[in-house]
Amino acid sequence: MMKGLKKWRLFSLLAVLTVFLAGCGQEELSTLLPAGQVGKDQFNLLLLSSGIMLLVIIVVVAIYLIALFRFRRSKLGEDHIPEQVEGSHTLELVWTIIPILLILVLAVPTVYYTYKLGDVSAMGAVDDEGNPENLVVDVTAKLYWWEFEYPDLGIVTSQELVVPTDEKVYFNLLAADVKHSFWIPAVGGKMDTNVENVNKFYLKFQKESSGLKDGVFYGKCAELCGPSHALMDFKVKTLPRPEFDKWVAAMQDSKDNQVVANPQGEEIFQQSCISCHANSGVGESGAYGPNLASFGDRNRIAGYLDHTKENLVEWIKDPQKHKPGNTMPAFKDQLSDEELDALAEYLMGLSVEK
Amino acid sequence: MSSVAQKKGFGATLWDWLTTVDHKKIGILYFLGGGFFFVLGGIEALLIRWQLYKPNNDLVSAGLYNDLITMHGTTMIFLAAMPILFGFMNAIVPLQIGARDVAFPFINSLGFWMFFFGGLFLNISWIYGEVPDAGWTSYASLSLASPGHGIDFYAIGLQIAGGGTLMAGINFLVTIINMRAPGMTYMRMPLFTWTTFVASAMILFAFPPLTVGLFFLTFDRMFGGNFFHHAMGGNTIIWEHIFWIFGHPEVYILILPAFGIFSEIFSTFSRKRLFGYPSMVFATVLIGFLGFMVWAHHMFTVGLGPTANAIFAVATMAIAVPTGVKIFNWLLTMWGGSIKVTTPMLYALGFIPSFVMGGVTGVMQGAAPLDYQLHDSYFIVAHFHYVIVGGVVLAILAATHYWWPKMFGTMLHEGLGKVTFVFFFIGFHMTFLIQHWLGFWGMPRRVWTYMNDQGWDMANLISTIGALLMAVGVIVLVINVIITSVKNVKVSNDPWGDGRTLEWAIESPPVFYNFPTTPLVRGLDTVWIEKMEGNEAGYTAAEPVKDIHMPNGSIIPLLMSFGLFIAGFGAMFRTETSWGLPVLIIGLAWTFVCMAARSLQDDTGYYIKKEELLRDMKRKGGQA
Repeated sequence: MMKGLKKWRLFSLLAVLTVFLAGCGQEELSTLLPAGQVGKDQFNLLLLSSGIMLLVIIVVVAIYLIALFRFRRSKLGEDHIPEQVEGSHTLELVWTIIPILLILVLAVPTVYYTYKLGDVSAMGAVDDEGNPENLVVDVTAKLYWWEFEYPDLGIVTSQELVVPTDEKVYFNLLAADVKHSFWIPAVGGKMDTNVENVNKFYLKFQKESSGLKDGVFYGKCAELCGPSHALMDFKVKTLPRPEFDKWVAAMQDSKDNQVVANPQGEEIFQQSCISCHANSGVGESGAYGPNLASFGDRNRIAGYLDHTKENLVEWIKDPQKHKPGNTMPAFKDQLSDEELDALAEYLMGLSVEK
Repeated sequence: MSSVAQKKGFGATLWDWLTTVDHKKIGILYFLGGGFFFVLGGIEALLIRWQLYKPNNDLVSAGLYNDLITMHGTTMIFLAAMPILFGFMNAIVPLQIGARDVAFPFINSLGFWMFFFGGLFLNISWIYGEVPDAGWTSYASLSLASPGHGIDFYAIGLQIAGGGTLMAGINFLVTIINMRAPGMTYMRMPLFTWTTFVASAMILFAFPPLTVGLFFLTFDRMFGGNFFHHAMGGNTIIWEHIFWIFGHPEVYILILPAFGIFSEIFSTFSRKRLFGYPSMVFATVLIGFLGFMVWAHHMFTVGLGPTANAIFAVATMAIAVPTGVKIFNWLLTMWGGSIKVTTPMLYALGFIPSFVMGGVTGVMQGAAPLDYQLHDSYFIVAHFHYVIVGGVVLAILAATHYWWPKMFGTMLHEGLGKVTFVFFFIGFHMTFLIQHWLGFWGMPRRVWTYMNDQGWDMANLISTIGALLMAVGVIVLVINVIITSVKNVKVSNDPWGDGRTLEWAIESPPVFYNFPTTPLVRGLDTVWIEKMEGNEAGYTAAEPVKDIHMPNGSIIPLLMSFGLFIAGFGAMFRTETSWGLPVLIIGLAWTFVCMAARSLQDDTGYYIKKEELLRDMKRKGGQA
């Protein structure tokens, strides 16, 4: 008997836990499972505001239900004429003052966090030797892809942001064509990339992405930017500082030291692709197409397709079919199937991690 | 002329409606026009939800999806919700203050026709094949980059419709200030009149920024202007400010009349005076003021800096206080009353929890740092649909049932009305409640598709099923309207039996001059007072029966609006065709000619003779 009860309790606990966890979404992109200080601050504010609001809802619904059941005409009789009450100053004061107090409880942490999260004063700080103290990433949003430049490190990448864990990472945000918005839901709130001014903010990544489903956090464009707005995803790889430094070194080395998985593919790349796409990670932002130096290490083709050679070939053949409105021309009439295959093999081989 | 129904031919009837300046007929025109666009916007919504019911769906293309969301938002706000509310304001407010018409009947008609031609212009984009696609907000960098004429349809169509709205707002302000019956002091005005008054004042201040913004956009796109081209020294953020300086008050312009409608309904069907009437009025005015001081909360992520964000965050939260006062006043109106759950009351009862939900999520988003997460996610989609559907649309449906007898002289079927409510209400919560979580789970808004494996599939499916239920509710309503109109069973002055305000003192529908004698108002809920004192006539006359001055109908408002409609096409095709510029000039010239004709014409209206009024009253068995 007791054993059965215990089992039942365990089961119900599991059920509740499952529902609860399902309600939290997926680790790599849910705001309810924050993986960094900024997201956690925002999550705390969510808990506080939801708590206050739940209280309000409960009070309203309680009065509402009691009134509805107690004062139905079917109970009082068709001829009942209620007293025509004008109001009550006491009651009205009560429900003016209590909400003001509740709002104050919410307003104080709101103002505090607004200033805390808006503080980018440490952005340009340098140590005694003139080295920057914090990592800064320049993000440029373009029709439908993301460029990430590390100005102090002399490297640039695209579509997959790589950052160190457990330190503040500062961002300069800008859009190259129309307005976009930079959002990594699991790590912290978004900020718009405007066309005319650089926005600055910071995020802190406090979880290594290697443990996640795809090994990356998901990033999104949150501002309508045209037909392929929905497909303007990027990914975020978070590494411990030593591994990050290793990645940076490999990127800096990628100019002179390249893996060539397919020489024919490289030749085609030099003829057809290089005018828009760089295959070296050394450089600055401002390229016409995404930098491909670490293409083989990435998680997706074009930000959202599975990372397979077949998808890559399909993409090069006809990019408009997959991402309407992007600026890459179609190559289905210019390259033969064999050439496409060689090119794809070459691209899939571009790596700084292997 | 007499109020005896005369058989008229189709042509004469049509002419009568096209030239009418009678506020009740214009109210019905607004109601029908808005209703048509409501159905159109609803179909767009269903296509949006059908596209999203599963991941990687290909019902519509990426471009078409953006057309749909843009037109859904624009249509629902400008061409459905506002005109339908104007319909009720037109039909009811003059009756509630004991007036025979609005202050400017001609302008009233002009306002309607401008809305009509503006809406038509906007929707011709579907036929032309280039549709607005930058969202109803049309943020400048995207709206300038958008190819084709889509955004031109948006800018010009809204300009024409917006002009109509501004006229309607001014007209109601003047009407309410000047046309109140003797004894109808400000603090005796029914809440619906009060909220119309405040909403009209807000229109007066909120629509000029929209007009300016739309002109800037039009100039940038069609005449080589550089207001928003950042490369030419313009600034796109200015569009965002201008749009939201209009856009946020617009939300209150919609919701305040909805509050008014529910105030009438709670009081009527609780058989009780509105609890805390003065504080209700004060809260309405306060919301009107605060509504202009919070626009930047739509722009927390734009990068205005912590100080601006903090100020607007706190200002936003402050709005919760007067809104909360209203909610509690409604609850206490029910408390101690005698509640009869009719269809309108059912909507009012559904409104309270729905709107409270929408309100509290609004406060959550007011907390700026939290909004960095929620902004432009599905959470915001859920929030504003809770406010606009759970507030404004429920109010529109409630008012449709509540005032249908007053507008059309017959009652909508109560049973079918409740069926509509059940489908619509359940569908509404099913569609939008889950979307809060979609936002938490990282789903951005305005996405035309999504990949699977992100944990969003089931929630989107639920949402789509909910949307279908809402559609069933609306279809039942349409059936109800058809059945009711065919049966056309006439009803008395006060068919609900608990009417409290002046519109229930006269026939349903009222004769074209409304009140044979101007009523005397002796307090709030004047009809209730008369009823309690046993006055079966419904109201006390403030004057003896005498000749009534009435305005003549006119076709000029329609012609004048038509000129602007034509000029719009000219402006749009000016650079690419040879006929563009002449058409632009001809259209504008036509409008000016109409204005001149109106100015030079000596139309002093006509009088209804005292004898005629007495005859009418005798026939109805009333007394003088």
